[in-house]
Amino acid sequence: MKNINRRNFIALTGGALATAGTLLTIPGIARAGGKRVVVVGGGPGGATAARYLRLLDPSIEVTLIEAKANYHTCFMSNEVLGGMRTLDSIMVTFDGLRKLGVNVVTDMVTAVDADKRMVKTADGASFGYDRLILSPGIDFKFGAVDGYSAETANTIPHAWKAGPQTALLRKQLVALEDGDNVVIVAPPNPFRCPPGPYERASLIAHYLKYNKPKSKVLVVDTKDKFSKQGLFTAAWKRFYGFGTDKSIIEWMPASEVGGVVAINAKNMTVETEFETFKGGAINYIPPQNAGKIASVAGIADDSGWCPINKKTFESTLVPNIHVLGDAAIATKMPKSGYAANVQAKVAAAALVDLFNGREPGVPSFVNTCYSVAAKDHAFSVSAVYRFNEAENLITPVKGAGGLSPMDASDEYRKREVDFAHGWYNNIRIDSWG
Amino acid sequence: MKFIKTPFLAMLLIAGLLPGATAEAKEASGTMLAIQCSGCHGFEGVTTGPGIPSIAGMTEEYLVLSMKDYKADNRKGTLMNRIAKGYSDTEITAMAGYFAGLKYAGHQQSPDASLVAKGKDLQQRHCESCHEESGAKADGIGILAGQNMTYLHYAIADFMSGDRPMERRKKQKMDQLITDEGEAGFNAIIHYYSSR
Repeated sequence: MKNINRRNFIALTGGALATAGTLLTIPGIARAGGKRVVVVGGGPGGATAARYLRLLDPSIEVTLIEAKANYHTCFMSNEVLGGMRTLDSIMVTFDGLRKLGVNVVTDMVTAVDADKRMVKTADGASFGYDRLILSPGIDFKFGAVDGYSAETANTIPHAWKAGPQTALLRKQLVALEDGDNVVIVAPPNPFRCPPGPYERASLIAHYLKYNKPKSKVLVVDTKDKFSKQGLFTAAWKRFYGFGTDKSIIEWMPASEVGGVVAINAKNMTVETEFETFKGGAINYIPPQNAGKIASVAGIADDSGWCPINKKTFESTLVPNIHVLGDAAIATKMPKSGYAANVQAKVAAAALVDLFNGREPGVPSFVNTCYSVAAKDHAFSVSAVYRFNEAENLITPVKGAGGLSPMDASDEYRKREVDFAHGWYNNIRIDSWG
Repeated sequence: MKFIKTPFLAMLLIAGLLPGATAEAKEASGTMLAIQCSGCHGFEGVTTGPGIPSIAGMTEEYLVLSMKDYKADNRKGTLMNRIAKGYSDTEITAMAGYFAGLKYAGHQQSPDASLVAKGKDLQQRHCESCHEESGAKADGIGILAGQNMTYLHYAIADFMSGDRPMERRKKQKMDQLITDEGEAGFNAIIHYYSSR
């Protein structure tokens, strides 16, 4: 499997260490030949994978390459938009990974050579691997509508990757003229975080209710239904006047207004086939596919997402490359932060087994997803999954999981806010240390 | 937050408890099942809260009982009923083995110092007979010392409302405490536990 000898290994990593400016001080690094994993992406998928690889088998050398020096979690970023928490509170550093001996490199991977088993970065460094984990998240289909390119995001944020985009949209909300509307365009399936746009609409409505009472949230949807729709609609009716002429939120499905055809940044409008919506702030969430490196590496199929063996997360297109999180086709798991964390542990355990000459064991999966809709009001969806080897599917266990009940008490809804925050605090540490 | 020594996971690997160790394993190992809980319950079962409890170090018997109560809806929760139904009894037993082997730890909370002293006294008189070692002993019962405050408030509310079953002696003690000290009594004890 490995034909990298000690000399090649040092030559390959010498450049990386020089570029990174750090020196690994963990003993055992010199003997890492044959057990090198490069992880691309420092979100919940990549970080959890790097962490658990080191925890499970410290003889495995792990390099994590992430373009950003610090990471902001997309999950809980809607609370920043709603003014309930600060941007800093959703930032994580990579110090926890470094403490475990992960070589964290701040750089962008630009090429993958699957034959030589090497990745190359924008800064010109190369990293050899025995196994590669790609957890690149999503990228946007900028050609889907007229008038929205990568640059347009500087004035019409998607805020579907957290950090500066979140700050930008929050700034626009605070500066919004009372009486001007906020237009959110919700993307078509499949996309990162199915309930996300609707949690966003809820928490922005919450902000408007107390700060810009004449303004509304207009959700222009490219679909006719959405995740947790019954629960969101009930919350919107209760807290934001949904369905009345005083509603702070309006939701326009594609069947009513037609598909979205253009974003006009100059006029601040969203144009659909039948209507035009003007906003003081516009949040356009574009259609998505796997992060760019996926197609560069040849692991994305015609759908734009990455087919995998769902037991080990190895790509079915290119060997020795494993794909996690949003980028992967992990049916029937949703594209969520918790799913990325869970998949990463399965993949890490599988790699540890493979490196140690064992058949990977039976995996187990869970997903839990909280949405905060108003003060003291949250709800969840969850599932426990088994791996169906015959069909290569991750199947929800029947009779388990599901949504918070429609008729839950106020106390139930309030507790789910605490649990949402408890989950957030705990998954941060589980993923990044 | 106290950082739990992580060689534990590596030890499990050596001990052959990770997936793949048993050549003919048709079921996921206890470790595999249980590490997927840490997204909510905290790394190695130690929470930072709010609301979600630490589950490291409880006895196997107590974890099995708790999960079975959730699974059968004997104990009302929000998420855990839906989650517990996803696991077979064998899987629950396997997970219980993993969690029992973890080291329990408290986490950073902000108890009210003026209540802690009162709570300590009340705990000794009303709770210690079952929740031994000032709530630290896990003998078939939940570990309360160092547990998350919000979670403890929810637990008390659920016991008192009947959403969570209590056996007769516990109910007697709890009712006595309410009579003698009111809700403030529970509050003081919770502050005391969270200070440990």
